[in-house]
Amino acid sequence: MGHKYSWRTFSVEIFAIVLGLLFLVPFYYVVSNSLKPFAEILTNTSALPKVFQFENYVRAFEMLDFFNVFKNSLIITIASNVVLVIFCSMAAYMLVRTKKKISNIIFMTFVAAMIIPFQSIMIPLIKTAGNFGLLNSVWGLVIMYLGFGSGMTIFLYHGFIKGIPVELEEAAIIDGCSRFGVFWRIVFPLLKPITVTIVILNSLWIWNDFLLPSLVLQDPELRTIPLATFFFFGQYTKQWDLALAALVLGIIPLLIFFFSMQKHIIKGITSGSIK
Amino acid sequence: MNSQSNVKEVDGAVVVSEKRTQKAVSTPLFSKKKLKDAGLFTLFVGPVFLAFTLIVLIPFFSGVYYAFTDWNGITGSVQWVGLDNFKYLIFEDKQFHASFLLTTKYTIVAILLTNVIGFGLAILVTQMLKTRNILRTVFFMPNLLGGLLLGFIWQFIFVKGFASIGEITGIPLFELAWLGDASTAFWGIVIVSVWQGAGYIMIIYIAALQNVPQELIEAARIDGANKFQILRHITLPLVAPAVTICLFLTTASSFKIFDANLSLTNGGPFKSTEMLALNIYTEAFVNNRYGIGEAKALIFFLIVAAISVLQVTISKKREVES
Repeated sequence: MGHKYSWRTFSVEIFAIVLGLLFLVPFYYVVSNSLKPFAEILTNTSALPKVFQFENYVRAFEMLDFFNVFKNSLIITIASNVVLVIFCSMAAYMLVRTKKKISNIIFMTFVAAMIIPFQSIMIPLIKTAGNFGLLNSVWGLVIMYLGFGSGMTIFLYHGFIKGIPVELEEAAIIDGCSRFGVFWRIVFPLLKPITVTIVILNSLWIWNDFLLPSLVLQDPELRTIPLATFFFFGQYTKQWDLALAALVLGIIPLLIFFFSMQKHIIKGITSGSIK
Repeated sequence: MNSQSNVKEVDGAVVVSEKRTQKAVSTPLFSKKKLKDAGLFTLFVGPVFLAFTLIVLIPFFSGVYYAFTDWNGITGSVQWVGLDNFKYLIFEDKQFHASFLLTTKYTIVAILLTNVIGFGLAILVTQMLKTRNILRTVFFMPNLLGGLLLGFIWQFIFVKGFASIGEITGIPLFELAWLGDASTAFWGIVIVSVWQGAGYIMIIYIAALQNVPQELIEAARIDGANKFQILRHITLPLVAPAVTICLFLTTASSFKIFDANLSLTNGGPFKSTEMLALNIYTEAFVNNRYGIGEAKALIFFLIVAAISVLQVTISKKREVES
C-alpha cells in the first residue's frame, strides 16, 4: 500500500500484540504449571515456576508409555495417509478419464457421503466391524480411515486432475506405456501440490481424532496420543502436575509438525476449505 | 476400392456376408478392449470403493434400518418397531430435547462469535503491522490441537487458572466455579470453540481480503470514503463468498461438536451441557440402546444433510449470478 508506519498503525499493532498474548495465556498456564511441583501449582498458579523442574515430565512420559503411544499415532497417521493417497488418486484419475455414466455415479456417491456425520454410522460400524476382524487392530483402523477419508480426498484429486491436459498421457500410450505406468510415471508426479494439501488435512484430522480410535482400539497397548491423554486425565483427575505434563507431551509433536510445515498448512487449509 | 464396388455389384448376398464377417471380426476385438478397460477401471477404483462401501455405505444403510428396531446389542433378536423410537424421542425423551435445544443455541452463538472474531483478526493481520506474520501463527495455533487436548487445557484454566486470576485481581467473574454451573459451563464450551475456530476462519478471510483489489480501496479513499464506509461498501461485498463458506463451515462443525464437549465438561454438571453428538454416543455406548441411538443419529444426519444441501444450493446460485 505504501503507507508510512504511522502512530495509528503503531497503536493497532500494540492492540494486536495484546490480543495475541491473550490467545497464548492458556498455553502459558499449562506449560508453566507443568514445570512446578504439585503444591506450588495449587498455591501459585499464575506465577512462573520458582525452579524449573522436569520431574513431572519424566514421570508422565513413563506412565503414559509415551514412546509407544507416539509410535502408534505415527504408524496410524502415516499408514492411513499412504493408502488414502495411493488408492484415492488412482480412483479419482480413472473417474475423470473414463467418460461414462458409471464414473459420474460413483463420484457423486463419494461426494454425497461426505455429509454423513460420523455419529450416524458409528453404531452399526462398530457392531459389525468385529465380524470382519477390524476391531482392536491398527490395520482395521487404517482401513476405516481409508473409507472415511475417501470422499474428501477423491473430491480434491478429482478437481485437480480435471485441469491436467490429457495429451501428455496420449503421447505416452502411443509410445507403448501402460495405463498403470502412465498414471504413476506421468500423472502422479503432477499431482504433488494437491497431494501435499491432502496429506496435511488428513494428517491433522487423523492425528487428533479421538472418537473412532476410542471405539476401535480397546487394547491399551494400541492407544494413540489423544486416547492415552484421555485415559490419563480420567485416572489422574486433579493430579495436575502429571496431567499437565502429559498434555504438553501430546502438544509438542503437533507444534513441531506445524512449524516445519507452516506454509503448506496455511495453503492447504485455504485451498481445502474453498472447494 | 475397386474390388469392393465389384462385389457389391455382383451379388447382394456377398455384401451381406462381408458385412457379417466384418462384424464378427470387430466384435471380439471391441469387447476385448472393453474388458480390458473394465478391468483397469476396477483395478483403479475398486480398492477404495470397497473400503468405502464396507465402512460408510453399509453401516449407513443398516443404521437407517436399525433406527426402526429395538436393537440393543445384547439379545440376538432385532424386532421391527416401526416409528416407536421416533415417537419416544419426540414425546418422551426430555434429555434429547434438552440436548437438541442446547446444541442449536450453542451453534448460533458459536457461528456468530467465531465469524465476527475470525473476521476481526483477519482485518487486523492484513494491516501493515510489523508482527503480522507471527500474529497469524499465534491466532491459528490453537486450531492445530484437536478438540480433546483443547478441552483439557481449558479444564485447567477454568478450574485453577481462573481461580488464581480471581484471587489476584478480585474480579468476581473469575471467582465463579465455571464448570460447576450449567450456564457458565455452556459459555466455557463456547470460549474453547471460539478460541479454536477463530484462527481457522481467519485464514480463509485473509485469503479473501487479499483478493480485494487495492485500486478499488485507493479510489474510494481518494473519493473521500472513510475506513468504515470502505469496509461496509467495498470490502464486505467482495468477501461475501468467503462469508458464506465460513458460515457453513462453522455451522457444520459447531453442530457436530463432540471432543471438546467430552473433555471439558463431559456433559456435566448433571447432563446440562450434553450436546447432541455426545447424547447419541451415551445412548448407544453407555445405555446400550442402539435402536434409539440410531433413531437419534438419523435425525442428526437429516439436519446436517439439510445444512449441507442448503450450502451447495446457495454457492451454486452465487456462481451462476457472478
